[in-house]
Amino acid sequence: MEWFRKSKPPLDSGTKKNIPEGLWTKCTSCGEIVYSKKMEELLWVCPNCNFHFRISSHKYIELLLDNGVLETYDDNLTSKDPLKFKDSKKYTDRLKDAQKKTGLKEGVISGMAHMDGMPVSFAIMNFAFIGGSMGSVVGEKVARAIERSIERGVPLVIVSCSGGARMQEGILSLMQMTKTSALLAVLAEKKIPYVSILTNPTTAGVMASYASLGDAILAEPKALLGFAGPRVIQQTIGQDLPEGFQSTEFFLDKGFVDKIVERKYLRDTVVRLLKFMWRK
Amino acid sequence: MSERPYLEFERPIVELEKKISDMKDFSVGESIELSGEIASMEKKLARLRQDVYSNLTRWQKVQLSRHPKRPYTLDYIELMTTGFVELHGDRYFADDHAVVGGFAHIDGQPVMIVGQQKGRDTKAKLYRNFGMMHPEGYRKALRLFYLAEKFNVPILILIDTPGAYPGIGAEERGQAEAIARNIREMSRLKVPIVIVIIGEGASGGALGIGVGDVTMMLQYSWYSVISPEACSAILWRDAGRAQEAAEALKVTAEDVMGLGLIDKIIPEPPTGAHSNHAAIAATVKQEILQAFDSLKGLSVEQLLEKRIAKYRRMGEFQE
Repeated sequence: MEWFRKSKPPLDSGTKKNIPEGLWTKCTSCGEIVYSKKMEELLWVCPNCNFHFRISSHKYIELLLDNGVLETYDDNLTSKDPLKFKDSKKYTDRLKDAQKKTGLKEGVISGMAHMDGMPVSFAIMNFAFIGGSMGSVVGEKVARAIERSIERGVPLVIVSCSGGARMQEGILSLMQMTKTSALLAVLAEKKIPYVSILTNPTTAGVMASYASLGDAILAEPKALLGFAGPRVIQQTIGQDLPEGFQSTEFFLDKGFVDKIVERKYLRDTVVRLLKFMWRK
Repeated sequence: MSERPYLEFERPIVELEKKISDMKDFSVGESIELSGEIASMEKKLARLRQDVYSNLTRWQKVQLSRHPKRPYTLDYIELMTTGFVELHGDRYFADDHAVVGGFAHIDGQPVMIVGQQKGRDTKAKLYRNFGMMHPEGYRKALRLFYLAEKFNVPILILIDTPGAYPGIGAEERGQAEAIARNIREMSRLKVPIVIVIIGEGASGGALGIGVGDVTMMLQYSWYSVISPEACSAILWRDAGRAQEAAEALKVTAEDVMGLGLIDKIIPEPPTGAHSNHAAIAATVKQEILQAFDSLKGLSVEQLLEKRIAKYRRMGEFQE
C-alpha cells in the first residue's frame, strides 16, 4: 500500500520525470503523446498527424530491401580535412564526434541489395552525421553507387536526408554536386531507372543535385524540402513564410515531387515503379 | 545607401592619388615647378600600391570581387566581342534579368555567351536582382545552351553571382530542380564550354551555369560552397564574422587552383580589374581564345569523356 503514502509529494511538473526514458514519445509536430512501442509498430509515424519521425538508416534498410539486407560497399571511405577547417570546433573533431554518435564512418551507407527480387544499387543518407551533409566521401560513395548501376545495368535507389553540401570541405563539397549529377546523365543515357526518395529534410546542395534528378521522385509526408533554408528566405525577404511553405505537400502542388508516399508504402511503391521502368 | 567608389583598404591609395593630381593642377595653374615633389610622391604611390596589393587577405580579395567599379558581364561582352545579339526568356515563365545571354563573335569566332549580370546603380541593381538568378534564369540559360549545341556553337560562360535567389517564388518554381537539371545537362552538352569566374562564384548559384571543359578564375574572384557571410551566419550565428569565414572556407582563386579544381588563374592589372577595364578584357579575351583553341582537336566523344572524368576525380578522402 505504499502508493497511498505517495499522495503527498508536490504536484509539480516532475510527473514527466517519473516516466522511464523512451516509454512514451511526444510528436514534435502535433504534440500527441504516443506509447513508444506503438510508434515502433507504426514505423515512427504519428497516428494523430501523420508526421514522419526521422528513423535510422538501418530501419530504412529493413523496411525497403529484401530480407532487410544490404551488401555494403566502400565502408572504408573516410573524410580528410583538406581545408584544415575550424570554427567553434575543428572539423576533424566534428567528424570523430559524428562517428562516435552514429557508429558510422560517414553520412551515407551504400551497396547492393534486392527489392522484390530485382537487383538494385542503393544508397541512404543519415542526418545524424553532421546534418547529412555532403562532403567528398558522401559524393564519392553516391558516385560509386551510380557507377555500380551503370556497370551492372541495375536500377538505382537513393534515400536522401541532408541539409546540403558540407561547409567544412568548402568548394570540394560543391563539386560533389557536379560529380554525382554528371554520372546521373550517363545513367539516364543508358536508360537505367533511378528512384529518388526524399525524407525530412532534403535541401540545398543535395536537393540541387541528385535528389532532384530521379526518374521518379517520391517523398515522405511533411518533410522539409527545397533549395534555400526557410530562415535564409525569411531573412532575405523580411516577412513571414506562408504556412506549409517548402513542405512535401507544397512541392507536390508545385510539380516537383511525383508522389507523396507514407513510409509503410515506400517499398511497394518503389517496386511497382521499377517494374514498369526496368527489365533484366 | 550611397556607395563609396573605393574600398576601405584602398583609401590611402585613393587619397595619395588625389593629392598628386591636386599638386599637378596647382603646379600648372600657378606655374610653380613641383615636378620633383610630384615624382617622389608618385614613387611613394607605386610603393603603397605594391604594398597593399601584395598583402591582400582573403576577405580583401572577396571585397575586390565586389568592387563597385568592377567590370560586369555586359562590360566584357562590349569590350571583347562584336555583333552581340541578346536573347531573352526561358519560354515558360519570364525573362530573368540577372542573367544575360546571346550569340556574339570573339575575334571572328561565333560563341554563345551566358553570364550573370549585376547593376551599377540602385535602379539597375534591383533590375538585375543583384546578379541572383531565379529558376527561370537557369532555364533561360539552358535554353541557350541547347541552342548553341543545336547549331554547334561553343559556349562561353561568365560567372558573377552572390548566389541563387532565396525567395518564395524561387522555391515555388523549383530553384533546386532548375540548378540540378542544368548541372546534369551541361555535363553532356556536345560543344566546348569555357567558364570564367569574373567576380563572385557563390555555390549552386554559380554552379547552375558553371559546368564545362575549362574553368578559369580572375585573380581577385572567389568560388565557394557558400558565401562567407552565409557561412558565418550559420557557424557563428553572426554574419559579421565573414572575414573569418572567408579564411576558413579558402575561397580565393589561388586556393581553388591549389585544390586542383580549376585550370587557370587569370592575372588582373596591378590594382585590380576595376582599375583598367580595357586591359582586363583584353587579357580575358586572349585566355578564352586560347582555351577554345586547346579544345579544338577533340572529337565530341573525347570532349565529353574528358569533361566527366575531370569532375569524377574531384574530392579528397582516404580509403
